[in-house]
Amino acid sequence: MAGVQVSNVSRSFGAHKALDDVSIDFADGGFYALLGPSGSGKTTLLRQIAGFDFPDSGRIAIGGESVERVPVEKRRIGMVFQNYALFPNMSVADNVAFGLSVRGEAKATIATEVQRALDLVQLGKLGERRPHQLSGGQRQRVALARAIVTKPRVLLLDEPLGALDKALRVDMQIELKRIQREIGITTIFVTHDQEEALTMSDRIGILRDGRLVQEGPPEEIYDRPKSEFAATFLGDANIFRGDATGNGIKLPDGTTIAAGIGDRLAAGVKASCAVRPERIRIATDAGTSNGNANTLKGQVSKRIFAGNNSTYFVERAGQTLKVIVQNTGNDRLAEGQDVMLSWSPESTVLIAAS
Amino acid sequence: MMTTRILQGLGRFYIFLLLAFLYLPIIIMALMSFNVSPFYQLPFEWTTEWYASLWQNDQLIAATWNSLEIAVITTLISVVLGTAASLALYRYDFRGKKFLQALLFPPIAIPWLITGTAMLIFFFGVGIGRGLFAILLGHVALALPYVIVVVSARLQTFAPELEEAARSLGANQWQVTRRVTLPWIMPGVIAGGLFAFAVSFDQFVVSYFLATPGQTTLPVEIYAAIRKGFTPEINAVSTIIIVVSMALMLLTARFFKFGGEK
Repeated sequence: MAGVQVSNVSRSFGAHKALDDVSIDFADGGFYALLGPSGSGKTTLLRQIAGFDFPDSGRIAIGGESVERVPVEKRRIGMVFQNYALFPNMSVADNVAFGLSVRGEAKATIATEVQRALDLVQLGKLGERRPHQLSGGQRQRVALARAIVTKPRVLLLDEPLGALDKALRVDMQIELKRIQREIGITTIFVTHDQEEALTMSDRIGILRDGRLVQEGPPEEIYDRPKSEFAATFLGDANIFRGDATGNGIKLPDGTTIAAGIGDRLAAGVKASCAVRPERIRIATDAGTSNGNANTLKGQVSKRIFAGNNSTYFVERAGQTLKVIVQNTGNDRLAEGQDVMLSWSPESTVLIAAS
Repeated sequence: MMTTRILQGLGRFYIFLLLAFLYLPIIIMALMSFNVSPFYQLPFEWTTEWYASLWQNDQLIAATWNSLEIAVITTLISVVLGTAASLALYRYDFRGKKFLQALLFPPIAIPWLITGTAMLIFFFGVGIGRGLFAILLGHVALALPYVIVVVSARLQTFAPELEEAARSLGANQWQVTRRVTLPWIMPGVIAGGLFAFAVSFDQFVVSYFLATPGQTTLPVEIYAAIRKGFTPEINAVSTIIIVVSMALMLLTARFFKFGGEK
């Protein structure tokens, strides 16, 4: 096991800068998600760490040892591919045995280790099957067993759950997390699914256009996003844009919004405030502020009922705000109704305009 | 209802005509190789005497051995070279790759008469001259594009992540090729090999140009024998060749179909 340090790594393909001076420290034993839209460079970064591709500049270290010019077969990593990449000409057991076999391990050792890995992913009885006889979830587990049986220093997962349907994906998330805890391996996980990143990882790195936008624990990124992009890419957010007042912003129509989170900004500079939809209270009485410092009047334009909660779209000065209300049995508002929105400064993040 | 049945009947009749057109001459030739009369005379009287006398024809037998030997060696050389070339074209990007790939097709289309003439002139120019070795070189050159085209087609169905997965597990280039890539493209390699064998074994034109009277192949020998005077032995040897060639082609079709399935 080992941590991974990526320092100032850049990689261009022709004129396209796929990675632009990216530095991340992946702690030993951590579960790390690289999150970003397609083309953000997350897969390119994973391939640099794996050793399929080398950076133009910068340093990559695994367990303190520089590896940026070491080819993949010598890096002692384990990788799970998006479409599993199981060897179709081999049985499940032979797939899992492959890494040990090319290393010239003894047959008896291989058999024991393969069985242990298959048991770990709960496929102990399917060793004789061929990959095409397995379901998507089972193939996923075989790919995982094959990647960890060689006891790699780091486990790399490239959108491993992307090809599974939703219910199976949730099962596999829990399963993957359990296995990762059990063997305590440093895991780096590429995904474009923000929910997956939130539920599975200890830390998240958000990438955009080849740059690292923000990184930290999921709670921190969700509660204290440092950019509009981070706020809207990880979860939903209402964004207000205006001029900084010191501890908030003033909207163009003169309304002020107080923010309790985020760096203080010099008065007058362009800034935005981000508020999560579930932090906003909605009331029919125009005077109700629930004791919150931030209030806005608006009109419900649409309501989407989702069982345990409802999402209200509220029109206000040409902007559509999103409010999520838990289903408590009352507070069902009709479309077209005038409402008062209120939320606290502690739910408001001040963000410098980028 | 009525019209469908008529159309179906017409369709069957058409296929029957087509197959008759393809196979009737061959079937008649095969039958006549078992007929007593050397002049295609009926009634048909069963005999195997032409096969027996074929066995006594040392020249034909020697030519057959030459043909088999050359076809087998051609197959081995062109399969090894062709598979290696296909893998290189699949894995690496280099300057002029597209041009090189495009150059593989013309030899298939250029008439063998012209290829044969060109080879004859060239081999004389460089001092190789005529003979079995020249024939072998010529056949490898003819067969190689077929192998590369067939193996490359199979490689197009190969998922490149499989090689990456193998490398991530610590396999070196040779282990990746032997244990992951080759098993996948094997149907293509076998089909390519059968093509190479057929191209060599059935080759007349190029062999004719490069053969010398002592060192010749079966098709050239048959042609020479017919010119001297037709004998039913030719029917017999042709029947044997047809059976072998058709078996090879059926095998090829079988393997190549597998190539498209997975």
